[in-house]
Amino acid sequence: MTGYLIVFASAFSAAWMGLSGQLRSHKPAARTLLVTFFEWFGDLGIFCGRLARAAFVPPHEGREVIRQLDEIGTKSLPLVALAGAATGVVLSLELRGSLTIFGAKSLLPAIIIFSVVKESGPIITGLVVSGRVAAGIGAELGSMKVTEQIDAIEASAVNPYKFLAATRVLACVLMLPLLTLAADFCGILTGWVADTLVEPISLRLFLENGLKSVTFNDFLPPTFKTAVFGLIIGLVACFQGMRTKGGTEGVGRSATNSVVLSSLFIILADVFLVRLILVFFP
Amino acid sequence: MGKSEEIERPIVVKAVHKSFGDQTVLNGIDLAVEGGETLTILGRSGTGKSVLLKLIIGLQEPDSGSIQIQGKEITGLALDELNEVRKKVGFLFQYAALYDSLTVGENVAFPLKRHAALSAAELKERVYELLSSVGMEQDLDKMPAKISGGMQKRVGLARALALDPDVLLFDEPTAGLDPITAREIGELILSLQEQRKRACIVVTHDIPNAKTISDRLALMQGGNILAEGTFKDLQHSPNEFVTRFLMNAS
Repeated sequence: MTGYLIVFASAFSAAWMGLSGQLRSHKPAARTLLVTFFEWFGDLGIFCGRLARAAFVPPHEGREVIRQLDEIGTKSLPLVALAGAATGVVLSLELRGSLTIFGAKSLLPAIIIFSVVKESGPIITGLVVSGRVAAGIGAELGSMKVTEQIDAIEASAVNPYKFLAATRVLACVLMLPLLTLAADFCGILTGWVADTLVEPISLRLFLENGLKSVTFNDFLPPTFKTAVFGLIIGLVACFQGMRTKGGTEGVGRSATNSVVLSSLFIILADVFLVRLILVFFP
Repeated sequence: MGKSEEIERPIVVKAVHKSFGDQTVLNGIDLAVEGGETLTILGRSGTGKSVLLKLIIGLQEPDSGSIQIQGKEITGLALDELNEVRKKVGFLFQYAALYDSLTVGENVAFPLKRHAALSAAELKERVYELLSSVGMEQDLDKMPAKISGGMQKRVGLARALALDPDVLLFDEPTAGLDPITAREIGELILSLQEQRKRACIVVTHDIPNAKTISDRLALMQGGNILAEGTFKDLQHSPNEFVTRFLMNAS
Protein backbone atom coordinates (compact mmCIF):
# COMPACT_ATOMS: atom_id res chain seq x y z
CA MET A 1 0.00 0.00 0.00
CA THR A 2 2.83 2.38 0.91
CA GLY A 3 4.44 1.52 -2.41
CA TYR A 4 1.30 2.53 -4.30
CA LEU A 5 1.13 5.80 -2.36
CA ILE A 6 4.74 6.59 -3.20
CA VAL A 7 4.12 5.89 -6.89
CA PHE A 8 0.97 8.06 -6.91
CA ALA A 9 2.65 10.87 -5.02
CA SER A 10 5.68 10.94 -7.30
CA ALA A 11 3.52 10.66 -10.42
CA PHE A 12 1.24 13.46 -9.24
CA SER A 13 4.13 15.77 -8.42
CA ALA A 14 5.85 15.02 -11.74
CA ALA A 15 2.60 15.70 -13.65
CA TRP A 16 2.24 18.92 -11.75
CA MET A 17 5.77 19.96 -12.69
CA GLY A 18 5.22 19.02 -16.34
CA LEU A 19 2.05 21.09 -16.56
CA SER A 20 3.51 24.02 -14.73
CA GLY A 21 6.23 24.14 -17.37
CA GLN A 22 3.57 25.27 -19.84
CA LEU A 23 3.13 28.50 -18.00
CA ARG A 24 5.28 31.33 -19.22
CA SER A 25 5.67 32.96 -15.89
CA HIS A 26 8.58 31.66 -13.85
CA LYS A 27 6.82 32.09 -10.52
CA PRO A 28 3.12 31.54 -11.12
CA ALA A 29 0.73 31.82 -8.23
CA ALA A 30 -0.43 28.54 -6.70
CA ARG A 31 -3.98 29.37 -7.70
CA THR A 32 -3.01 29.76 -11.36
CA LEU A 33 -1.23 26.42 -11.23
CA LEU A 34 -4.28 24.74 -9.79
CA VAL A 35 -6.55 26.27 -12.44
CA THR A 36 -4.13 25.22 -15.20
CA PHE A 37 -4.00 21.70 -13.81
CA PHE A 38 -7.79 21.26 -13.81
CA GLU A 39 -8.16 23.12 -17.10
CA TRP A 40 -5.79 20.62 -18.70
CA PHE A 41 -7.90 17.67 -17.56
CA GLY A 42 -11.11 19.48 -18.56
CA ASP A 43 -9.74 20.17 -22.04
CA LEU A 44 -8.57 16.56 -22.30
CA GLY A 45 -12.12 15.41 -21.46
CA ILE A 46 -13.59 17.64 -24.18
CA PHE A 47 -10.95 16.39 -26.61
CA CYS A 48 -11.84 12.75 -25.81
CA GLY A 49 -15.55 13.50 -26.34
CA ARG A 50 -14.94 15.05 -29.77
CA LEU A 51 -12.57 12.26 -30.70
CA ALA A 52 -15.06 9.53 -29.73
CA ARG A 53 -17.82 11.23 -31.75
CA ALA A 54 -15.52 11.59 -34.77
CA ALA A 55 -14.12 8.05 -34.54
CA PHE A 56 -17.41 6.19 -34.61
CA VAL A 57 -19.23 8.18 -37.28
CA PRO A 58 -18.58 7.06 -40.90
CA PRO A 59 -16.91 7.65 -43.31
CA HIS A 60 -13.70 6.28 -41.79
CA GLU A 61 -10.17 7.17 -42.84
CA GLY A 62 -9.01 3.61 -43.63
CA ARG A 63 -5.98 4.62 -45.71
CA GLU A 64 -4.72 7.01 -43.10
CA VAL A 65 -5.09 4.30 -40.42
CA ILE A 66 -2.92 1.96 -42.53
CA ARG A 67 -0.33 4.72 -42.99
CA GLN A 68 -0.28 5.30 -39.24
CA LEU A 69 -0.03 1.57 -38.49
CA ASP A 70 3.13 1.57 -40.58
CA GLU A 71 4.42 4.81 -39.09
CA ILE A 72 3.75 3.82 -35.48
CA GLY A 73 4.13 0.04 -35.68
CA THR A 74 6.60 -0.99 -38.35
CA LYS A 75 8.95 1.92 -37.77
CA SER A 76 9.00 1.36 -33.99
CA LEU A 77 9.78 -2.35 -34.38
CA PRO A 78 13.61 -2.14 -34.50
CA LEU A 79 13.74 0.09 -31.42
CA VAL A 80 11.29 -2.05 -29.46
CA ALA A 81 13.09 -5.26 -30.47
CA LEU A 82 16.42 -3.80 -29.37
CA ALA A 83 15.01 -2.62 -26.04
CA GLY A 84 13.40 -6.03 -25.46
CA ALA A 85 16.66 -7.79 -26.34
CA ALA A 86 18.66 -5.60 -23.95
CA THR A 87 16.16 -6.33 -21.18
CA GLY A 88 16.57 -10.09 -21.69
CA VAL A 89 20.36 -9.86 -21.48
CA VAL A 90 20.28 -7.64 -18.38
CA LEU A 91 17.79 -9.91 -16.61
CA SER A 92 19.95 -12.95 -17.33
CA LEU A 93 23.14 -11.24 -16.13
CA GLU A 94 21.58 -9.77 -13.00
CA LEU A 95 19.56 -12.80 -11.91
CA ARG A 96 22.20 -15.50 -12.43
CA GLY A 97 24.36 -14.28 -9.52
CA SER A 98 21.45 -13.81 -7.11
CA LEU A 99 19.83 -17.14 -7.93
CA THR A 100 23.17 -18.95 -7.56
CA ILE A 101 23.50 -17.52 -4.04
CA PHE A 102 20.05 -18.89 -3.13
CA GLY A 103 20.70 -22.21 -4.87
CA ALA A 104 17.87 -21.64 -7.35
CA LYS A 105 19.90 -21.34 -10.58
CA SER A 106 17.64 -23.85 -12.33
CA LEU A 107 14.79 -21.33 -12.04
CA LEU A 108 16.63 -18.80 -14.23
CA PRO A 109 14.77 -19.60 -17.52
CA ALA A 110 11.39 -19.46 -15.77
CA ILE A 111 12.18 -16.16 -14.04
CA ILE A 112 13.49 -14.56 -17.24
CA ILE A 113 10.39 -15.65 -19.19
CA PHE A 114 7.96 -14.68 -16.42
CA SER A 115 9.63 -11.34 -15.93
CA VAL A 116 9.77 -10.51 -19.64
CA VAL A 117 6.23 -11.65 -20.45
CA LYS A 118 4.47 -10.28 -17.38
CA GLU A 119 6.10 -6.91 -16.86
CA SER A 120 9.41 -6.02 -18.50
CA GLY A 121 8.23 -6.57 -22.09
CA PRO A 122 4.98 -4.59 -21.80
CA ILE A 123 6.34 -1.66 -19.80
CA ILE A 124 9.54 -1.35 -21.85
CA THR A 125 7.45 -1.38 -25.04
CA GLY A 126 5.10 1.25 -23.63
CA LEU A 127 7.92 3.57 -22.60
CA VAL A 128 9.99 3.12 -25.75
CA VAL A 129 6.99 3.72 -28.02
CA SER A 130 5.99 6.65 -25.84
CA GLY A 131 9.43 8.17 -26.39
CA ARG A 132 9.43 7.67 -30.15
CA VAL A 133 5.80 7.96 -31.14
CA ALA A 134 4.43 10.49 -28.64
CA ALA A 135 7.23 12.92 -29.44
CA GLY A 136 6.64 12.38 -33.15
CA ILE A 137 2.88 12.87 -32.98
CA GLY A 138 3.17 15.85 -30.62
CA ALA A 139 5.70 17.57 -32.89
CA GLU A 140 3.90 16.69 -36.14
CA LEU A 141 0.45 17.83 -35.04
CA GLY A 142 1.95 20.81 -33.22
CA SER A 143 3.70 21.87 -36.39
CA MET A 144 0.49 21.35 -38.39
CA LYS A 145 -1.36 23.50 -35.88
CA VAL A 146 1.03 26.46 -35.99
CA THR A 147 1.29 26.36 -39.80
CA GLU A 148 -2.54 26.38 -40.11
CA GLN A 149 -2.64 22.91 -41.69
CA ILE A 150 -5.23 21.80 -39.15
CA ASP A 151 -7.31 24.89 -39.97
CA ALA A 152 -6.93 23.98 -43.66
CA ILE A 153 -8.30 20.49 -42.96
CA GLU A 154 -11.29 22.03 -41.18
CA ALA A 155 -11.76 24.55 -43.98
CA SER A 156 -11.90 21.59 -46.40
CA ALA A 157 -14.96 20.38 -44.45
CA VAL A 158 -13.01 17.44 -43.00
CA ASN A 159 -13.07 16.73 -39.28
CA PRO A 160 -9.43 16.88 -38.05
CA TYR A 161 -10.35 14.78 -35.03
CA LYS A 162 -11.30 11.99 -37.42
CA PHE A 163 -8.46 12.40 -39.91
CA LEU A 164 -5.58 13.22 -37.56
CA ALA A 165 -6.41 12.07 -34.03
CA ALA A 166 -8.69 9.02 -34.37
CA THR A 167 -6.37 7.37 -36.90
CA ARG A 168 -3.29 7.82 -34.73
CA VAL A 169 -5.00 6.72 -31.52
CA LEU A 170 -6.40 3.60 -33.23
CA ALA A 171 -2.99 2.76 -34.69
CA CYS A 172 -1.36 3.11 -31.26
CA VAL A 173 -3.99 0.87 -29.63
CA LEU A 174 -3.60 -1.83 -32.30
CA MET A 175 0.19 -1.78 -32.57
CA LEU A 176 1.23 -1.76 -28.91
CA PRO A 177 0.24 -5.40 -28.18
CA LEU A 178 1.95 -6.54 -31.40
CA LEU A 179 5.11 -4.61 -30.56
CA THR A 180 4.99 -6.13 -27.07
CA LEU A 181 5.04 -9.60 -28.62
CA ALA A 182 8.18 -8.61 -30.52
CA ALA A 183 9.80 -7.25 -27.35
CA ASP A 184 8.88 -10.45 -25.46
CA PHE A 185 10.30 -12.65 -28.21
CA CYS A 186 13.60 -10.74 -28.38
CA GLY A 187 13.88 -10.56 -24.58
CA ILE A 188 13.44 -14.31 -24.16
CA LEU A 189 15.79 -15.08 -27.05
CA THR A 190 18.61 -12.84 -25.79
CA GLY A 191 17.96 -14.04 -22.22
CA TRP A 192 18.71 -17.55 -23.49
CA VAL A 193 21.78 -16.35 -25.48
CA ALA A 194 23.23 -14.60 -22.40
CA ASP A 195 22.46 -17.65 -20.26
CA THR A 196 23.93 -20.15 -22.68
CA LEU A 197 27.12 -18.13 -23.10
CA VAL A 198 27.82 -18.56 -19.38
CA GLU A 199 26.50 -22.09 -19.04
CA PRO A 200 25.49 -23.81 -22.29
CA ILE A 201 21.83 -24.84 -22.42
CA SER A 202 19.78 -25.72 -25.50
CA LEU A 203 17.01 -23.31 -26.53
CA ARG A 204 14.53 -26.16 -26.34
CA LEU A 205 15.46 -27.00 -22.74
CA PHE A 206 15.51 -23.30 -21.81
CA LEU A 207 11.98 -22.85 -23.17
CA GLU A 208 10.71 -26.11 -21.68
CA ASN A 209 11.98 -25.08 -18.24
CA GLY A 210 10.77 -21.54 -18.61
CA LEU A 211 7.35 -22.17 -20.10
CA LYS A 212 6.48 -25.15 -17.87
CA SER A 213 4.34 -23.12 -15.51
CA VAL A 214 3.37 -20.22 -17.79
CA THR A 215 -0.34 -20.15 -18.61
CA PHE A 216 -2.37 -17.96 -20.95
CA ASN A 217 -3.39 -15.91 -17.91
CA ASP A 218 0.26 -15.02 -17.41
CA PHE A 219 0.70 -14.08 -21.04
CA LEU A 220 -2.49 -12.60 -22.53
CA PRO A 221 -3.60 -9.97 -19.96
CA PRO A 222 -0.14 -8.33 -19.66
CA THR A 223 0.18 -8.29 -23.46
CA PHE A 224 -3.25 -6.79 -24.02
CA LYS A 225 -2.86 -4.24 -21.24
CA THR A 226 -0.45 -2.47 -23.59
CA ALA A 227 -3.47 -1.53 -25.72
CA VAL A 228 -4.26 0.84 -22.81
CA PHE A 229 -0.70 2.18 -23.02
CA GLY A 230 -1.32 2.75 -26.73
CA LEU A 231 -4.52 4.61 -25.93
CA ILE A 232 -2.65 6.82 -23.46
CA ILE A 233 0.17 7.57 -25.93
CA GLY A 234 -2.25 8.37 -28.77
CA LEU A 235 -4.60 10.49 -26.68
CA VAL A 236 -1.97 12.51 -24.84
CA ALA A 237 0.20 13.12 -27.92
CA CYS A 238 -2.70 14.10 -30.20
CA PHE A 239 -4.19 16.30 -27.49
CA GLN A 240 -0.89 18.08 -26.81
CA GLY A 241 -0.19 18.46 -30.52
CA MET A 242 -3.59 19.83 -31.48
CA ARG A 243 -3.60 22.46 -28.74
CA THR A 244 -0.14 23.80 -29.59
CA LYS A 245 0.30 27.55 -29.35
CA GLY A 246 3.26 29.85 -29.81
CA GLY A 247 5.20 28.92 -32.96
CA THR A 248 8.24 26.66 -32.99
CA GLU A 249 8.74 27.05 -29.25
CA GLY A 250 5.23 25.73 -28.76
CA VAL A 251 5.94 22.75 -31.05
CA GLY A 252 8.97 21.82 -28.95
CA ARG A 253 6.92 22.16 -25.78
CA SER A 254 4.18 19.93 -27.19
CA ALA A 255 6.66 17.23 -28.17
CA THR A 256 8.31 17.27 -24.74
CA ASN A 257 5.01 17.32 -22.86
CA SER A 258 3.68 14.48 -24.99
CA VAL A 259 6.59 12.23 -24.00
CA VAL A 260 6.71 13.28 -20.34
CA LEU A 261 2.98 13.01 -19.72
CA SER A 262 2.36 9.83 -21.70
CA SER A 263 5.31 8.05 -20.01
CA LEU A 264 4.04 9.18 -16.65
CA PHE A 265 0.46 8.06 -17.29
CA ILE A 266 1.72 4.72 -18.61
CA ILE A 267 3.57 4.06 -15.35
CA LEU A 268 0.54 5.19 -13.38
CA ALA A 269 -1.85 3.08 -15.47
CA ASP A 270 0.45 0.08 -15.09
CA VAL A 271 -0.06 0.18 -11.32
CA PHE A 272 -3.84 -0.02 -11.77
CA LEU A 273 -3.70 -2.59 -14.55
CA VAL A 274 -1.37 -4.94 -12.67
CA ARG A 275 -3.71 -4.79 -9.69
CA LEU A 276 -6.72 -5.35 -11.96
CA ILE A 277 -5.08 -8.32 -13.67
CA LEU A 278 -4.23 -9.86 -10.30
CA VAL A 279 -7.89 -9.55 -9.29
CA PHE A 280 -9.43 -10.95 -12.48
CA PHE A 281 -6.67 -13.42 -13.49
CA PRO A 282 -5.27 -14.63 -10.17
CA MET B 1 -33.53 37.09 -47.21
CA GLY B 2 -34.95 36.06 -50.57
CA LYS B 3 -33.37 33.52 -52.90
CA SER B 4 -32.41 36.15 -55.47
CA GLU B 5 -30.68 38.22 -52.78
CA GLU B 6 -28.75 35.10 -51.67
CA ILE B 7 -27.28 34.80 -55.15
CA GLU B 8 -26.61 38.52 -55.38
CA ARG B 9 -24.84 38.71 -52.01
CA PRO B 10 -23.19 35.36 -51.17
CA ILE B 11 -21.30 36.84 -48.20
CA VAL B 12 -23.11 39.02 -45.66
CA VAL B 13 -21.52 40.02 -42.33
CA LYS B 14 -23.68 41.98 -39.91
CA ALA B 15 -22.65 43.63 -36.63
CA VAL B 16 -19.97 41.05 -35.83
CA HIS B 17 -18.03 41.44 -32.60
CA LYS B 18 -15.00 39.36 -31.65
CA SER B 19 -12.68 39.75 -28.68
CA PHE B 20 -9.75 37.74 -27.35
CA GLY B 21 -9.64 38.34 -23.62
CA ASP B 22 -9.63 42.11 -23.09
CA GLN B 23 -8.65 42.86 -26.67
CA THR B 24 -11.51 43.74 -29.01
CA VAL B 25 -10.57 42.69 -32.52
CA LEU B 26 -13.84 43.21 -34.41
CA ASN B 27 -16.22 45.85 -33.20
CA GLY B 28 -19.59 45.44 -34.91
CA ILE B 29 -18.28 45.07 -38.46
CA ASP B 30 -20.72 45.03 -41.41
CA LEU B 31 -19.91 44.03 -44.95
CA ALA B 32 -21.43 42.29 -47.94
CA VAL B 33 -19.93 40.88 -51.12
CA GLU B 34 -21.90 40.42 -54.30
CA GLY B 35 -21.65 37.44 -56.64
CA GLY B 36 -18.67 37.84 -59.00
CA GLU B 37 -17.29 40.72 -56.96
CA THR B 38 -13.80 40.88 -55.47
CA LEU B 39 -13.58 42.82 -52.23
CA THR B 40 -10.11 43.53 -50.90
CA ILE B 41 -9.71 44.23 -47.22
CA LEU B 42 -6.79 46.43 -46.24
CA GLY B 43 -5.61 47.56 -42.87
CA ARG B 44 -2.72 47.66 -40.47
CA SER B 45 -1.45 44.42 -38.95
CA GLY B 46 -3.55 43.23 -36.01
CA THR B 47 -6.76 44.97 -37.10
CA GLY B 48 -8.62 41.64 -37.37
CA LYS B 49 -8.58 41.05 -41.14
CA SER B 50 -7.50 37.40 -40.91
CA VAL B 51 -9.83 36.84 -37.95
CA LEU B 52 -12.71 38.08 -40.09
CA LEU B 53 -11.89 35.48 -42.78
CA LYS B 54 -11.70 32.74 -40.15
CA LEU B 55 -15.09 33.78 -38.81
CA ILE B 56 -16.58 33.66 -42.31
CA ILE B 57 -15.46 30.06 -42.80
CA GLY B 58 -16.44 29.08 -39.25
CA LEU B 59 -12.95 28.35 -37.91
CA GLN B 60 -13.75 30.76 -35.10
CA GLU B 61 -17.08 31.80 -33.57
CA PRO B 62 -18.03 35.47 -33.30
CA ASP B 63 -19.03 36.79 -29.87
CA SER B 64 -22.14 38.30 -31.46
CA GLY B 65 -23.51 39.26 -34.85
CA SER B 66 -24.52 37.41 -37.97
CA ILE B 67 -22.55 35.81 -40.81
CA GLN B 68 -24.40 34.47 -43.82
CA ILE B 69 -22.91 32.43 -46.65
CA GLN B 70 -25.28 32.07 -49.60
CA GLY B 71 -28.11 33.10 -47.33
CA LYS B 72 -27.32 30.49 -44.69
CA GLU B 73 -26.57 31.73 -41.19
CA ILE B 74 -23.38 29.98 -40.08
CA THR B 75 -23.08 31.16 -36.48
CA GLY B 76 -24.15 28.45 -34.06
CA LEU B 77 -24.39 25.77 -36.76
CA ALA B 78 -23.73 22.12 -35.87
CA LEU B 79 -20.46 20.77 -37.33
CA ASP B 80 -22.17 18.68 -40.03
CA GLU B 81 -24.20 21.64 -41.25
CA LEU B 82 -21.19 23.93 -41.06
CA ASN B 83 -19.18 21.47 -43.16
CA GLU B 84 -21.89 21.58 -45.83
CA VAL B 85 -21.42 25.36 -45.98
CA ARG B 86 -17.61 25.02 -45.98
CA LYS B 87 -17.80 22.91 -49.14
CA LYS B 88 -19.04 26.04 -50.91
CA VAL B 89 -16.09 28.11 -49.68
CA GLY B 90 -12.49 27.96 -50.94
CA PHE B 91 -9.83 29.29 -48.58
CA LEU B 92 -6.23 30.15 -49.47
CA PHE B 93 -4.19 30.43 -46.29
CA GLN B 94 -1.45 32.98 -45.71
CA TYR B 95 1.37 30.45 -46.11
CA ALA B 96 -0.70 28.04 -48.24
CA ALA B 97 -0.93 25.49 -45.36
CA LEU B 98 -0.25 22.53 -47.64
CA TYR B 99 -0.20 19.16 -45.85
CA ASP B 100 3.48 18.27 -45.37
CA SER B 101 2.96 14.53 -45.54
CA LEU B 102 1.08 14.59 -48.86
CA THR B 103 2.36 15.30 -52.37
CA VAL B 104 1.19 18.31 -54.37
CA GLY B 105 -1.33 16.11 -56.21
CA GLU B 106 -2.59 14.51 -53.01
CA ASN B 107 -3.04 17.95 -51.45
CA VAL B 108 -5.33 19.00 -54.28
CA ALA B 109 -7.08 15.61 -54.23
CA PHE B 110 -7.70 15.84 -50.45
CA PRO B 111 -11.09 17.63 -50.53
CA LEU B 112 -12.12 15.88 -53.76
CA LYS B 113 -11.57 12.39 -52.32
CA ARG B 114 -13.81 13.20 -49.39
CA HIS B 115 -16.57 15.24 -50.95
CA ALA B 116 -16.77 14.48 -54.68
CA ALA B 117 -18.01 11.14 -55.94
CA LEU B 118 -15.28 10.61 -58.53
CA SER B 119 -13.69 7.45 -59.88
CA ALA B 120 -9.90 7.12 -59.58
CA ALA B 121 -9.47 8.14 -63.23
CA GLU B 122 -11.83 11.11 -62.88
CA LEU B 123 -10.05 12.20 -59.72
CA LYS B 124 -6.67 12.07 -61.45
CA GLU B 125 -8.01 14.04 -64.39
CA ARG B 126 -9.60 16.67 -62.12
CA VAL B 127 -6.41 17.09 -60.08
CA TYR B 128 -4.40 17.51 -63.28
CA GLU B 129 -6.92 20.03 -64.60
CA LEU B 130 -6.82 22.06 -61.36
CA LEU B 131 -3.02 22.06 -61.22
CA SER B 132 -2.87 23.04 -64.91
CA SER B 133 -5.08 26.03 -64.19
CA VAL B 134 -2.38 27.34 -61.82
CA GLY B 135 0.56 26.14 -63.92
CA MET B 136 1.68 23.41 -61.52
CA GLU B 137 0.81 20.22 -63.45
CA GLN B 138 4.51 19.29 -63.81
CA ASP B 139 4.96 19.16 -60.02
CA LEU B 140 2.16 16.72 -59.23
CA ASP B 141 4.38 14.23 -57.38
CA LYS B 142 6.59 16.68 -55.52
CA MET B 143 6.36 17.19 -51.76
CA PRO B 144 5.38 20.69 -50.57
CA ALA B 145 8.78 21.15 -48.90
CA LYS B 146 10.47 20.74 -52.29
CA ILE B 147 8.69 23.64 -54.01
CA SER B 148 9.05 27.40 -53.56
CA GLY B 149 6.71 29.69 -51.59
CA GLY B 150 5.11 31.00 -54.77
CA MET B 151 4.53 27.48 -56.05
CA GLN B 152 3.01 26.52 -52.71
CA LYS B 153 0.58 29.43 -53.03
CA ARG B 154 -0.41 28.20 -56.50
CA VAL B 155 -1.05 24.68 -55.18
CA GLY B 156 -3.00 26.16 -52.25
CA LEU B 157 -5.07 28.06 -54.79
CA ALA B 158 -5.73 24.88 -56.79
CA ARG B 159 -6.81 23.13 -53.57
CA ALA B 160 -9.10 26.04 -52.68
CA LEU B 161 -10.75 25.72 -56.09
CA ALA B 162 -11.07 21.93 -55.94
CA LEU B 163 -14.74 21.77 -54.98
CA ASP B 164 -15.65 24.62 -57.36
CA PRO B 165 -16.72 26.88 -54.49
CA ASP B 166 -19.14 29.80 -54.80
CA VAL B 167 -17.12 31.89 -52.36
CA LEU B 168 -13.34 32.42 -52.30
CA LEU B 169 -11.34 33.76 -49.37
CA PHE B 170 -7.67 34.70 -49.75
CA ASP B 171 -5.62 35.46 -46.67
CA GLU B 172 -2.59 37.51 -47.77
CA PRO B 173 -2.04 35.56 -51.01
CA THR B 174 1.18 37.40 -51.80
CA ALA B 175 2.71 37.56 -48.31
CA GLY B 176 6.38 36.56 -48.23
CA LEU B 177 6.76 36.52 -52.03
CA ASP B 178 9.11 38.57 -54.19
CA PRO B 179 7.43 41.35 -56.22
CA ILE B 180 7.48 39.40 -59.50
CA THR B 181 5.97 36.23 -58.00
CA ALA B 182 3.48 38.36 -56.06
CA ARG B 183 2.39 39.97 -59.32
CA GLU B 184 2.08 36.55 -60.96
CA ILE B 185 -0.16 35.34 -58.12
CA GLY B 186 -2.24 38.53 -58.45
CA GLU B 187 -2.64 37.96 -62.19
CA LEU B 188 -3.55 34.33 -61.56
CA ILE B 189 -6.27 35.34 -59.09
CA LEU B 190 -7.55 37.92 -61.56
CA SER B 191 -7.69 35.48 -64.47
CA LEU B 192 -9.37 32.78 -62.33
CA GLN B 193 -11.87 35.36 -61.12
CA GLU B 194 -12.59 36.47 -64.69
CA GLN B 195 -13.31 32.86 -65.67
CA ARG B 196 -15.27 31.82 -62.60
CA LYS B 197 -16.92 35.01 -61.32
CA ARG B 198 -17.16 34.05 -57.64
CA ALA B 199 -17.75 36.21 -54.58
CA CYS B 200 -14.25 36.81 -53.36
CA ILE B 201 -12.61 38.44 -50.34
CA VAL B 202 -8.88 39.14 -50.43
CA VAL B 203 -7.01 40.25 -47.33
CA THR B 204 -3.71 41.83 -48.29
CA HIS B 205 -1.10 44.50 -47.68
CA ASP B 206 -0.06 44.39 -51.32
CA ILE B 207 -1.55 47.64 -52.68
CA PRO B 208 -0.42 47.24 -56.34
CA ASN B 209 -2.11 43.82 -56.51
CA ALA B 210 -5.15 45.08 -54.58
CA LYS B 211 -5.53 47.83 -57.17
CA THR B 212 -5.44 45.29 -60.02
CA ILE B 213 -7.68 42.53 -58.70
CA SER B 214 -10.31 44.42 -56.67
CA ASP B 215 -13.73 45.65 -57.67
CA ARG B 216 -14.02 47.28 -54.28
CA LEU B 217 -11.69 47.87 -51.33
CA ALA B 218 -12.39 48.27 -47.63
CA LEU B 219 -9.95 49.72 -45.13
CA MET B 220 -10.23 48.37 -41.60
CA GLN B 221 -9.32 50.25 -38.46
CA GLY B 222 -10.28 49.72 -34.83
CA GLY B 223 -12.23 46.53 -35.59
CA ASN B 224 -14.49 48.15 -38.16
CA ILE B 225 -14.58 49.39 -41.75
CA LEU B 226 -13.17 52.90 -41.88
CA ALA B 227 -13.72 53.48 -45.60
CA GLU B 228 -14.82 51.48 -48.61
CA GLY B 229 -15.18 51.98 -52.33
CA THR B 230 -13.17 51.63 -55.51
CA PHE B 231 -9.44 52.31 -55.45
CA LYS B 232 -10.10 55.78 -56.87
CA ASP B 233 -12.74 56.48 -54.22
CA LEU B 234 -10.26 55.64 -51.47
CA GLN B 235 -7.48 57.64 -53.12
CA HIS B 236 -9.73 60.70 -53.02
CA SER B 237 -11.10 59.98 -49.56
CA PRO B 238 -11.48 63.03 -47.29
CA ASN B 239 -10.06 60.88 -44.46
CA GLU B 240 -6.35 61.61 -44.22
CA PHE B 241 -5.55 58.17 -42.71
CA VAL B 242 -7.02 56.44 -45.78
CA THR B 243 -5.01 58.40 -48.32
CA ARG B 244 -1.88 58.16 -46.18
CA PHE B 245 -2.31 54.39 -45.85
CA LEU B 246 -2.62 53.91 -49.62
CA MET B 247 0.33 56.17 -50.29
CA ASN B 248 2.63 54.62 -47.68
CA ALA B 249 1.68 51.08 -48.59
CA SER B 250 2.30 51.60 -52.31
